[in-house]
Amino acid sequence: MSIKGRVAIVGIGETKWYKRGQSPDAEFKLCVAAIKAAAADAGVDPREITGFSSYSEDRNTPARLANALGVKDFAMSVMQWGGGGGGCCGAVANAAAGILAGYCDYAVVYRGLAQGQFGRFGQGAALNVIPGDMGYVMPYGMLSPAQLFVMRITRFMHEHGVNQSALRAVAMASYHHAQNNSRAIMRGKPLTEEAYDASRWITEPLHLYDCCQENDGAAALLLTTTERAEKLAQKPAVLLAAASGGDPRAGEFGASACNAPDYPTSNFKYVARRAFATAGLGPQDVDVLQCYENFTGGVVMAMVEHGFCQPDEVNALFTLANLKAPSGRLPLNTSGGNLAEVYMHGLSLITEAVRQLRGTSPNQVPNAKVSMVIGGPMVNPVSNLILGSS
Amino acid sequence: MNATVLPPGLPRPAPSVEGLGQAFWEGATRHVLCLQRCQDCRTWQGAPELICRHCGSYRLGDEELADTRGVLYSWQRVWYPVHPALKDAVPYVVVLVALPQAPGVRLVGNLVNDPGGPLPIGAALEAVFEDHHNADAEYTLIQWRLMS
Repeated sequence: MSIKGRVAIVGIGETKWYKRGQSPDAEFKLCVAAIKAAAADAGVDPREITGFSSYSEDRNTPARLANALGVKDFAMSVMQWGGGGGGCCGAVANAAAGILAGYCDYAVVYRGLAQGQFGRFGQGAALNVIPGDMGYVMPYGMLSPAQLFVMRITRFMHEHGVNQSALRAVAMASYHHAQNNSRAIMRGKPLTEEAYDASRWITEPLHLYDCCQENDGAAALLLTTTERAEKLAQKPAVLLAAASGGDPRAGEFGASACNAPDYPTSNFKYVARRAFATAGLGPQDVDVLQCYENFTGGVVMAMVEHGFCQPDEVNALFTLANLKAPSGRLPLNTSGGNLAEVYMHGLSLITEAVRQLRGTSPNQVPNAKVSMVIGGPMVNPVSNLILGSS
Repeated sequence: MNATVLPPGLPRPAPSVEGLGQAFWEGATRHVLCLQRCQDCRTWQGAPELICRHCGSYRLGDEELADTRGVLYSWQRVWYPVHPALKDAVPYVVVLVALPQAPGVRLVGNLVNDPGGPLPIGAALEAVFEDHHNADAEYTLIQWRLMS
């Protein structure tokens, strides 16, 4: 049994986006608001939501949400393992699996972030001792996500002759698209190649503009069967495939990741193959792509591992002209992405993938029929999904 | 040596609660590279585990390398300090080092002699054992020097 064509995203909900720490509302309240907005978008009473799915150890527990929303039954609660946004599409896969199994009729996938309330994501706690896997890296000042991942990018660029201009093009595409998106944090702040080149290093070869923002807000997706979807308010975004996992030998973040047999990878080689096999599609069929920019170099690696180009074609494909909507070869991160719209750990990429199929994107790709999301490259597990208009 | 590449204040390494890494960090204090190795299939494991990932054996031992040279596999030069202890220590270089004597194993360390600019992947390195004498613990970090 395949998941293809049997479950759809029928509602999307988002709060206002804030810079990190600036939400006036508590994280839980943001989360409730996004879930209610997704239900209202679909035309579904939020009390019908009986399945809850999230990822990256979201702090807003399904038990508290079910209680607050007054749902009629609390039937499914699923957490996708792994940190960062690697699980954003995996959470959709898990919700869809629960719906197909009959555990619930309506499931919500959600993510809430209020970092003024809870402290910064990705900033390690102050420790005196670090045992085990991370003890091999943290004493050497390799602490943050950028520092933990960047040497994969450096090695990949070395092996394949990738230029800095490829990383820059990913940043340029996100900033370009954000200028048309009234909700984007970086609207009104266009990026030039000169400004990118002159920006400070975070850790070489990553400039400031190669690294995602940090934001507050919440987003939610409402899922149900494609049969029920036909009677609801919105044009459904049908799930053609969703996959998660990684390279079985990829390890975690510390010594195990550094000793992975295949080191310069975004961990998508296995996952990409499974997603396209489920959908019965290939990269040439994708009309518009949202690819999670934790760091631009991860986007380049993930797109190569999905077959959007060969490694030796990276420098040619990764230009702003090729990556911008509506006319580029492969429009990328059309709402402004994590770099320039908002960093909602990937859920805002999925809402944008849905808008592309509805025809309501701020940077609409004409007649988009296959809309793909690649979540959180370089962590383990990662995940992706493919949505279709039918 | 007296000076350390990075200032005090970063967390110090320790074996896992299961004891993984104990021989490695103890070897570092004796200024040797001591790595986990399967006693059945002879595979090295740079990230120690309770089982051999290659053959599934539980018969794991620890073996010292005959010399302490490595090869630069990847690197980063950190400019943004994410830890308060590093505020005045940037930029610093983190290297990922392959060990030709232990195929498949890579170690992270700092470069003690950063020449600046892009670093030569594939270049030869030698280990520099950096002893730390903290009030609560004595330990040794394994740093690396570009050989000329």
